[in-house]
Amino acid sequence: MLRTPSPSIFRPKQRIDRSVLAENRALIEKIDRRGVLRGALSLGALSLLAGCSVTDTPTMQGFLRGVSSWNDRVQGLLFRPNHLAPTFSEAQVVKPPRFNAHYEIEDVRPVDGATWKLELAGLIADKRPWTAEAINALPQQEWIVRHICVEGWDYIGQWSGVNLRTFLERVGADLTAKYVAFKCADDYTESLDMASALHPQTILATRYAREPITDPFGFPLRLRTATKLGFKNAKWVTAIEVTNTFTETFWSKQGFNWFAGI
Amino acid sequence: MPTAHARRLHPLPVRIMHWTNAVAMFIMIDSGWKIYNDEVIFGWLRFPDAITFGPWAQHGLQWHFFGMWILFLNGLAYVTYGFATGRFRRMLLPIRRAELVANVRDALRLRLAHDDPTRYNAVQRLLYIGVLLAGVLVVLSGLAIWKPVQFSELLALFYDFQTARLVHFLCMAAIVGFVVVHVTLALLVPHTLVAMVTGGPQLDAAPAPKPEAATAGAGH
Repeated sequence: MLRTPSPSIFRPKQRIDRSVLAENRALIEKIDRRGVLRGALSLGALSLLAGCSVTDTPTMQGFLRGVSSWNDRVQGLLFRPNHLAPTFSEAQVVKPPRFNAHYEIEDVRPVDGATWKLELAGLIADKRPWTAEAINALPQQEWIVRHICVEGWDYIGQWSGVNLRTFLERVGADLTAKYVAFKCADDYTESLDMASALHPQTILATRYAREPITDPFGFPLRLRTATKLGFKNAKWVTAIEVTNTFTETFWSKQGFNWFAGI
Repeated sequence: MPTAHARRLHPLPVRIMHWTNAVAMFIMIDSGWKIYNDEVIFGWLRFPDAITFGPWAQHGLQWHFFGMWILFLNGLAYVTYGFATGRFRRMLLPIRRAELVANVRDALRLRLAHDDPTRYNAVQRLLYIGVLLAGVLVVLSGLAIWKPVQFSELLALFYDFQTARLVHFLCMAAIVGFVVVHVTLALLVPHTLVAMVTGGPQLDAAPAPKPEAATAGAGH
């Protein structure tokens, strides 16, 4: 039986206006030609060797992203659903946590907790939105775990909130679905494989070091999972969708590995 | 005319694995420098963008996690081959202290004998064993920083995440140091380089040495 696709809140309401591309085609081609010429003249054979000019080509990106997808599957197989990440003592917690986003901390746009709502979509039985108050009334748990950034830095953080599995069970989510996707107030998008979403150390965090999370770190609600790199931990979450459809996320679109498990 | 079974100094599988490894190492080291630059361990050390796989960090990561498959599978085949055929034992052992001291002295006077390419001197043996161990350690520390939670038991052997990262870096530095010496010597004594392409001298002309004499007299 064919089902009409459910209107996803992740789908842009307006299509991209292609006339802009048509109007500026000549300009784009001119820039492109000039860029290629300059690149060929200044970088020379060494950078060609180093892959600067070949890595970005559609063919090479197709290949390397194919390998990255293969690595997603391998990481899924390596994932141990009940293996806990090492935990630490309260004395080791770094306060405040280290900021990370694709923009500077000064550019963070605070979310108003009073009007904020968490919307639900996709394969979820009860899609009524949640207020901050209702979420805070759910059973809380705390994890002191290491945050590891894809760049190579790390710190120990103390996060508390409702366990994501508990929350998904509560709203009647289909736990056999493949993905749990997150949409954020700053238009950031992320998604987890279901196994990682159901890991005991994956929570919807509302507190850091026992205090409400502050604006730069995701107030009023963020994802915190101990089994993924830092960028998978979406901040300022406004919507959660349970789905079987894979959608590229903010960083995976730019070529970072999607699974990003640690 | 050599028979199909004529055993050369570097049998075909060794040559294929050697050059495959060279490509894998180039990919891993160069892309690793790109990844390192995103969060340097030493404030004074940044690798120039012009010589790292680019243009951005994600491309370094893409290459690194592609190259790891070549490095790992080829390395596994090489180590299995080295033990199974006895090549490691025949070519790399024993290392006698007296010979090592004499070799180092000769090397410092730039008078290291290399007339017999089929027999590695003590310095060569030590360096080859050292780079093999660095290769094993770079893979283990790499696995530890790739999967610090899934392989948390492995990570614990390196103390913590940043120390594992440091070990990974130092292994790279050791391997790069080896490559510099290795390539320099290969260029100074070109017939060794040719041998890694053509296979080098045939070893089956002499009667097969007895096992206990094999290490001392191999190939003479």
